[in-house]
Amino acid sequence: MDAADLDKVDEIIDRYRGQEGILIQLLLDLQSELNWIPREVISHLSERLRVPKSQIYRIASFYKVINLNPVGRHVIQVCMGTACQVRGAHKVLDFTASRLKIKPEETTSDLAFSLKKVNCLGCCSMGPVMTVDEVYHGGVNLEGAEKILKNLS
Amino acid sequence: MPRLTSVRDLQDMRRGLTSRGDPIESGTPWVAVCAGTGCLALGARKVIDAFKEELKKRGMAEAVQLKETGCPGFCEKGPIVVVYPEGVHYVKVSPGDVPDIIEETIIKRRLMDRLLYVDPVTGARGVHEDEIPFYKHQTRHLINDNIKIDPKNISDYIALGGYRALARALSAMTPRDVIEEVKRSGLRGRGGGGFPTGLKWDSARAASGVPKYVIVNCDEGDPGAFMDRALMEGNPHSVLEGLLIGAYAIGAREGFIYVRAEYPLAVENARTSIVQAREHGLLGEEILGSGFDFDVRLHRGAGAFVSGESTALMNALEGKVGEPKPKYVHTSERGLWNRPSLLNNVETWANIPLIINRGAGWFSSIGTDRSKGTKIFSLVGKVNNTGLVEVPMGMTLREIIFDIGGGIPGGKKVKGVQTGGPSGGIIPEEHLDTLVDFDELISLGSMMGSGSIIVLDEDTCAVDLARYFVDFLCDESCGKCVPCREGLRQMRDILNEIVAGRGKAEDLKTLREIAGLMTAASLCALGRTAANPVLSTIRHFEEEYLAHIREQRCPALVCERLVSYFIRPELCIACGRCRENCPQGAISEGEPIEEGKDPFMVIDQSRCSRCGICYHVCPSKVRAVVRVSGKSSDPSHETAIDKALGGDSGWRR
Repeated sequence: MDAADLDKVDEIIDRYRGQEGILIQLLLDLQSELNWIPREVISHLSERLRVPKSQIYRIASFYKVINLNPVGRHVIQVCMGTACQVRGAHKVLDFTASRLKIKPEETTSDLAFSLKKVNCLGCCSMGPVMTVDEVYHGGVNLEGAEKILKNLS
Repeated sequence: MPRLTSVRDLQDMRRGLTSRGDPIESGTPWVAVCAGTGCLALGARKVIDAFKEELKKRGMAEAVQLKETGCPGFCEKGPIVVVYPEGVHYVKVSPGDVPDIIEETIIKRRLMDRLLYVDPVTGARGVHEDEIPFYKHQTRHLINDNIKIDPKNISDYIALGGYRALARALSAMTPRDVIEEVKRSGLRGRGGGGFPTGLKWDSARAASGVPKYVIVNCDEGDPGAFMDRALMEGNPHSVLEGLLIGAYAIGAREGFIYVRAEYPLAVENARTSIVQAREHGLLGEEILGSGFDFDVRLHRGAGAFVSGESTALMNALEGKVGEPKPKYVHTSERGLWNRPSLLNNVETWANIPLIINRGAGWFSSIGTDRSKGTKIFSLVGKVNNTGLVEVPMGMTLREIIFDIGGGIPGGKKVKGVQTGGPSGGIIPEEHLDTLVDFDELISLGSMMGSGSIIVLDEDTCAVDLARYFVDFLCDESCGKCVPCREGLRQMRDILNEIVAGRGKAEDLKTLREIAGLMTAASLCALGRTAANPVLSTIRHFEEEYLAHIREQRCPALVCERLVSYFIRPELCIACGRCRENCPQGAISEGEPIEEGKDPFMVIDQSRCSRCGICYHVCPSKVRAVVRVSGKSSDPSHETAIDKALGGDSGWRR
């Protein structure tokens, strides 16, 4: 991380000055800026907030949304909610994983794609649902997943 | 931006909005396009852009107002467009339809048959909501206004009478009156527990300690439920108004709205609603000149199912790990930062303005003896009309599935319904005439939960579904208490063995034992109810478990290890899709039976991992891949294969 990045981090921390209970909100904001939470950021946060690193790691590792490893340029989420599940979401997940040659929750070595399972996006009417970089796709069968992946590569 | 400093200011603002020819109440044409997450997933953004462009091109952008609204619930048929003042309801609208809608329906006031809903059974077309069975059989008080409101514009809510209940509570009711009204209404918590809301409010009011807090729980983690998303996204001010009334009733000056991270649009709309309410003086100091001060903070979740539990949610609000605490003392007495805290679910809060406006008597006239009012259900899974449905408590499951949901697609049979999410259970077909209310569902070994109704057809395996929920909960258990953490892991191991055909005779007994222990000894509701999917499936579908355990057979042809896949040579067109997608490389072109015959694909059974991808990628017009129950290595199994393939059609080669 260079100095400019750390300035950005400081700027985000300053938004919450004087408020209680903000650690989770801070991590979310930092992640939307940086895409993931690098080790240096945790050290920096620990110093600025006077909170032990272990406590920050405990929170960061508890919550699914926080990434402690770099994520790919494209993030693909496959919804595993019940409505999607009964309409074959696990097949879509297996298929996508085998196409990207990674397991769910992994990132391709070229940092192009990350694949994530998500527990219900609340679009249950149109399951199976898949999101690519926050764009929602409904009614995804294997054919649809193939098309979506082709458009990305 | 007018700051409202009295009840009169609010009335004047409403009058101003309606007399200025606001499209909601006047007769001028306007168009509502659903911009909920569901319709957006189906392309509503492009439809909205097409309307903007076309109206501008025709110089009608001033005359015809375009609204990006909340979700009316009929997500199956999205994107949904409603043309007012007539209320013409169009389904599955694409950007290409937009010029025609403007030309025909808005200018010439003619209907476009091709965009109307067609009843698949009678073939009748429905023009307005009340002619479409999906809406006709509902009683919509909570989600009725979603399609008329731009959730990013507080004026729309105020024009329809919004914040009138708050004004009434502040100017004409004491906090005690408000609580009495809520008590008399019989409202019970919509988050799943069904605890009487008025009692909870009463104990938060009586509790000593300041400050007190009010909290909106929008951590709708139950997979398959999305009513809270639709309310928070589609009509956030109705939730905020309920929260304000609750804060007034218990004497809180600060509140929180907790929204899960997986709902970005709900986060955005909740945030906008807070900002706009502040600008209008509906949050802040001296609200409507009453001496009541109150403000709200938004808290985003970060992806943890257990954080929806009230004590866990309060931990998360404090910036800590969202794990539950033992509830020796109710959170209404000692909750957030150990202060009295009143937490209710989104839908519970949204009911409050209705109760204050229309009275407890009106509210309690709807529903059953012990469950009052309406409830929003998400009707999803294997059903024709999926979406959100709001019905009076006490409708039967069968009415919901068949009258509103239009039955099961593909002529399949309904096997049952799953209600209550991972804490609920599966109710088989023979109990579909059960009245849906809090107590009836519990007596069947399930629960209402937040209101998901997931319809299952004969292609769903009860054992696999139980395994799915246990797997889900294994991932989501926080691990703090042993019964939940270890109990779930043990149940998962046993169920994994059963679906792989390695089940043992004593497995059902062991599962019941673990379930009993977890129910008795877990720390929070997640663990105490986690066994319900397993117990209810054993109770209602025991023979299916036995088929897996004794005969290594999955009757629904779902469990991968117990199903083999074959390609019927006479149907196969050798397009190669299965070969291309097979992760094992187990598919190759077969030797033609005779010279000159069409080529076909063959699955090498020794390499096949039975993932079923070939079955799903085989073009729907071809359907050459067949599933056969049982293991391919079993010689007696050959007859079953021959039967499925229609005689010895060469699969042995």
